[in-house]
Amino acid sequence: MVVKSILLAYPGSLKIIIGSLIVVTVAILALIAPVVAPYDPTKSIGTPFTPPSREYILGTDHLGFDVLSRIIWGARTVLQVVISATLVALIVGVALGAISGYYGGIIDRVLSMVMDSLYAFPSLILAIAIAAVLGPSPYNATIAISVVYIPIYYRMVRGQTLAVKAQLFVDAARASGVRDRTIIVYYILPNIAHTILVVMSLNIADAILTEAGLSFLGLTVSPPTPDWGFDLRVGQRFLLLGYWWLSVFPGLAIMILALGFALIGKG
Amino acid sequence: MASLLKYTIVRASLLVPTILVLYTFIFIILRVLPGDPILAVIGTRYVPPEQLEALRRLAGLDKPLYEQYLGYLFNALRLDFGVTLAAPQGVPVSDYIKLKFPATLELTLYAFSVSVLIGVVTGLLASRVRGGALDNSIRLYSIVAYTIFIPWLGMILQYIFGVKLHLLPTSGRISPGVYIDGVTGLYTLDAILTGNLEAFLDSLSHLILPSLTLGIVLSGAYTRLVRNNMVDVLETDFIRSYRARGISEWKVYIYAFKHAFIPTLTFMGLQFAILLGGAILTETTFNCPGMGTFIVDRIEYRDYNSIQGAIIFFAFMVGLVSLIVDILYAIVDPRVRY
Repeated sequence: MVVKSILLAYPGSLKIIIGSLIVVTVAILALIAPVVAPYDPTKSIGTPFTPPSREYILGTDHLGFDVLSRIIWGARTVLQVVISATLVALIVGVALGAISGYYGGIIDRVLSMVMDSLYAFPSLILAIAIAAVLGPSPYNATIAISVVYIPIYYRMVRGQTLAVKAQLFVDAARASGVRDRTIIVYYILPNIAHTILVVMSLNIADAILTEAGLSFLGLTVSPPTPDWGFDLRVGQRFLLLGYWWLSVFPGLAIMILALGFALIGKG
Repeated sequence: MASLLKYTIVRASLLVPTILVLYTFIFIILRVLPGDPILAVIGTRYVPPEQLEALRRLAGLDKPLYEQYLGYLFNALRLDFGVTLAAPQGVPVSDYIKLKFPATLELTLYAFSVSVLIGVVTGLLASRVRGGALDNSIRLYSIVAYTIFIPWLGMILQYIFGVKLHLLPTSGRISPGVYIDGVTGLYTLDAILTGNLEAFLDSLSHLILPSLTLGIVLSGAYTRLVRNNMVDVLETDFIRSYRARGISEWKVYIYAFKHAFIPTLTFMGLQFAILLGGAILTETTFNCPGMGTFIVDRIEYRDYNSIQGAIIFFAFMVGLVSLIVDILYAIVDPRVRY
């Protein structure tokens, strides 16, 4: 009854509820991975290529590692990279966007030009280039992903800042001598916080796919660290021989987590 | 017409800063960030110092940084991207690009058509049955399609159509033993131009799974765009007056679609960048010899010269496509002018 009335009042909320459920579940699994994962993800614990069974719920891979345990531990790698990358992009993008939109002038022109150019370029290719130069590691993948997503926040915050700045209460604040920094932090940013959150959750969905893409190309972790994109890549060789569970499940994990964030963003 | 020409010139001149910014950015990443490209390409092998010097000269790294920056820029504008540093050494990067880019372009064009086709059909259908169960399913599809991981879908299709059904090839661009000679490098087009039916069917069959994979993943955005635009346009006054005048529903839809499609056009320009990114993953999954596999291959050799060349070439292409799309947009919608 309560649920139904919420759904009627907010048509998008079903998406948000399902999305949040997915995200929270994955986050909890990642946090308590040592407790819930049935086996050590980097130890051979069974015959290689055991199909999904009661003992190994999602089967074992070519080295006899438990696929389910690797997926649960892999959530840690993915979430660490993606969350820290998005936070860095968010902080830098919001700061630059707010400064650019609020002060305008030459800083705004130069920053806009740089950000628009970066925005126009395929983010995956740029991330690949950065990660390739820095060398394959989760830390470098984080840097690569955060750099390519800064323009998304910058463009959004800049536009919104321009709109909010034109409103009367900002004029009033300025007339009464409130400092610029205070106006940006306490007057403008709270007004665009909800937009930032929506953009962020869509951006995280995107970042998960980018991270998976980098891992798929071998630019994130080195074996035997569990990571979804990399496991998928390894599993591809065996998929064509019929061992489908090596790659199908890590791929599903990527997409379910990305879908969770996308549902929150679109809701 | 004069105003369109002016628009084109202004729009084209705006490309200059974009390309410059991207070039500078890529230059900073590849040349200024710590890490010696020459040592990277050599790895742990022992190489005598004079050979190191020769390699450094080959890569143009012996010059001061500003000279590298300007020199490379002017060469790149003439589509000269330097030479490869490894495996094999000293081949012009542009030769590779000439060889590999047609494959990527072909995949991109097919995937683009697939995504627009799926997007327009599902979007129109959803707008037709607005609010119903089918509409909701299609809207869910548009979100799910957005989160599909390209290599995963590719593998599933490979497994079903390649391994299980033996219907379609799962890798490469063409079967061994089939030859195509042509100028464009787009195999299907070359096959048509030379009237080679066997080669056409063969290269087309190699394209089906990759372009379906990439096309499906990108179709969700078109679905949503077409549906929402159609819903908006169908509620405007001019559509209501068409209906009032008794114009058939079919024709009303065609008129409405013309208007709903214009915003989709701008979006296509942006999609091209995403297509190129997706093409890297698609090519790697299907082992197609295009720009994507080229870049991945070069990363393994740590051949920075080639990576730099390929990425700057991509920057040119993205700029060019956005220019073309904007000009098309200005032709379709005469209100768009500077």
